[in-house]
Amino acid sequence: MKKIGAIILTTVLTAALVAGCGNNTDNNKAANGGNSTAETIKIGMDVELSGGQASFGDSALKGAKLAVKEINDAGGVLGKQIELIEADNASKSEEATRAAQKLITTNKVVAIIGSTTSTNTLGIVPVAEEKGIPLVSSSATNPKVTVDERTGKLNEWVFRASFIDPFQGQVMANYATDTLKAKTAVIYTDTSSDYSKGLQTFFKETFLKNGGTILSEESYQQKDSDFKAVLTRIKESNPDVIYLPGYYEEVGKILKQAREMGITVPFMGGDGWDSPQLAEIAGADALNNTFMSNHYSPEDSAPEVKSFVDAFKAANGDLVPDGMAALGYDAVKLVVDGITRADSTDPTKLRDALAATKDLQLATGKITMNETHDPVKAAVVLKFVDGKQAFEAKVNP
Amino acid sequence: MEYFIQQLINGISVGSIYALIALGYTMVYGIIKLINFAHGDVFMVGSFIGLFSAKYFASVGFPPVIVLILSLVISMTVSALLGITIERLAYKPLRRASRIAVLITAIGVSFLLEYTGVYLLGPQAKGFPEIINKHQFQLFGSSVQVDSNQMMTLGTTVVLMIILQYIVHRTKIGKAMRAVSFDMEAAQLMGINVDRTISATFAIGSALAAAAGVIFGMTYNAVDPMMGVLPGLKAFVAAVLGGIGSIPGALVGGLLLGTVETEISSLGYSSWRDGVAFAILILILIFKPSGLFGKNVREKV
Repeated sequence: MKKIGAIILTTVLTAALVAGCGNNTDNNKAANGGNSTAETIKIGMDVELSGGQASFGDSALKGAKLAVKEINDAGGVLGKQIELIEADNASKSEEATRAAQKLITTNKVVAIIGSTTSTNTLGIVPVAEEKGIPLVSSSATNPKVTVDERTGKLNEWVFRASFIDPFQGQVMANYATDTLKAKTAVIYTDTSSDYSKGLQTFFKETFLKNGGTILSEESYQQKDSDFKAVLTRIKESNPDVIYLPGYYEEVGKILKQAREMGITVPFMGGDGWDSPQLAEIAGADALNNTFMSNHYSPEDSAPEVKSFVDAFKAANGDLVPDGMAALGYDAVKLVVDGITRADSTDPTKLRDALAATKDLQLATGKITMNETHDPVKAAVVLKFVDGKQAFEAKVNP
Repeated sequence: MEYFIQQLINGISVGSIYALIALGYTMVYGIIKLINFAHGDVFMVGSFIGLFSAKYFASVGFPPVIVLILSLVISMTVSALLGITIERLAYKPLRRASRIAVLITAIGVSFLLEYTGVYLLGPQAKGFPEIINKHQFQLFGSSVQVDSNQMMTLGTTVVLMIILQYIVHRTKIGKAMRAVSFDMEAAQLMGINVDRTISATFAIGSALAAAAGVIFGMTYNAVDPMMGVLPGLKAFVAAVLGGIGSIPGALVGGLLLGTVETEISSLGYSSWRDGVAFAILILILIFKPSGLFGKNVREKV
């Protein structure tokens, strides 16, 4: 008898809880709708301000702040000022989810600019989809951020300001074959990162198609610090190039240890290398003969790049903006352009406006949103000279 | 064959760092039966103090060897004081509390140190100078490489282990430590100053962590406020593997763990590395629950 009582009680409580939740969601929607009468337009920024990828989040935030300042100085949008609300996701996917929930329910933001890395952005995607708030990742480059991997369905509320991994992997594989004349390659991936695995897949695909051979595929995990075991293995197989699509902290250590061990072949990577910390950890010598693909180069002479670089330097004490900063800046401009064209902060209208973005000139190039919410835009290949990124080539899609 | 020897050297160099951290773990456990989870974070603090003093002394223009010695001494001293402070403030009030309460406090202290580090220094990794330039030594006709840093790490670990053994077994304070470890109340009745003995234990343990921190920084050239978490955990495993409480056990456990991890990576199963290392730990604990060197229960120091 007692047992049945307990079951009934549980059922009732659960039902109450579910009903409670339902009500909450309704309240949120109402509150979001009511935002159009608020004083400012709030945009949430869910990025890595601590943890292993903090350098990315920090840069993206600086870029975003500059964009907000420029827009507000020019009179804001729809006659209102933009307010950027920061939330730290500690470089963890689950924290990114929590931060997004807080931004939507507590801060009532109209859109989220979110995480610089694919793994952390994937933590926000379900929240954005469920609550119906547009999410624009500044630099998540993995395809599955905007398209669900299993069902192949488009994540309606998710957008990005960057190009995607297939393009980045493809650019570097072609660069390896055409410019570096490489016939054999080893790929050394960060297995704890969706981003790294994405680049690996597409580099491999293109490199094989170009007639190259992949000698082996090795892996490490974030926060590893000794890579000599695997590097000794790679040294034995003696490849023409090593593709290292990881993040700067481990990449720096890997490059340093590899050069110490006498591995002199070129290393190549993606935008995960883009941090001033890379040169500090690896040292300028270890960075010789290394190449990375990126979203933009501060040395690019195009006028939109120059004006962004000058404004960023003026606002941040002569600091040269990296790719993450440029994309953070672009993400804000993308959202604001959407709000302007939608002529409203209504989430559905904003979403449709973002999807219809066409030939929008941003700091990292002219973008047009394709049917999978991925911008079509150019990439650059950078080469390290004396520990600094030097512009090598610009590649159009 | 050369490939195997090269990987063995790689493994020993990883293992000696684990061993160096494990020494402090095992010593504190040996005396007051506390798994000091904040140990990995004292290691981090030591590393940062080493970084700042190395940068300062290098900028003053001291020769590299002096810079290294001064940074080591300063970092070990400050960390020893930090260790004493942590013990006084966090663990001493709980000396009569249940062991789980102290354990949770230790985890709390660990978080406190980590996030104070994030608050003060920022979360990003900072480059660590090499201090003394690495030299590569070629063996067997240049097919096997050892660098000076790897040799220094192993050397330091062995020397510190011997010093620690000496302190614990041959000095008066060591005798007091062993007495406290054996029976705290009886030791007090015999006129041993228990508080001072425990403070000394924490001071030595923390100084060892700081030395490990400086050497870690010199080897891997990057330090950040969360750097203590993973090596701390690995060192804990090494200590348990060797028999927690046993000083030679920490060395053997560390070297074993480092070598096993490296060999697995070298066979091309790098994603299995931690899994296999922990499987070996489980197997050893099934057949020898007190770890490899944990049999002499009487001298848990």
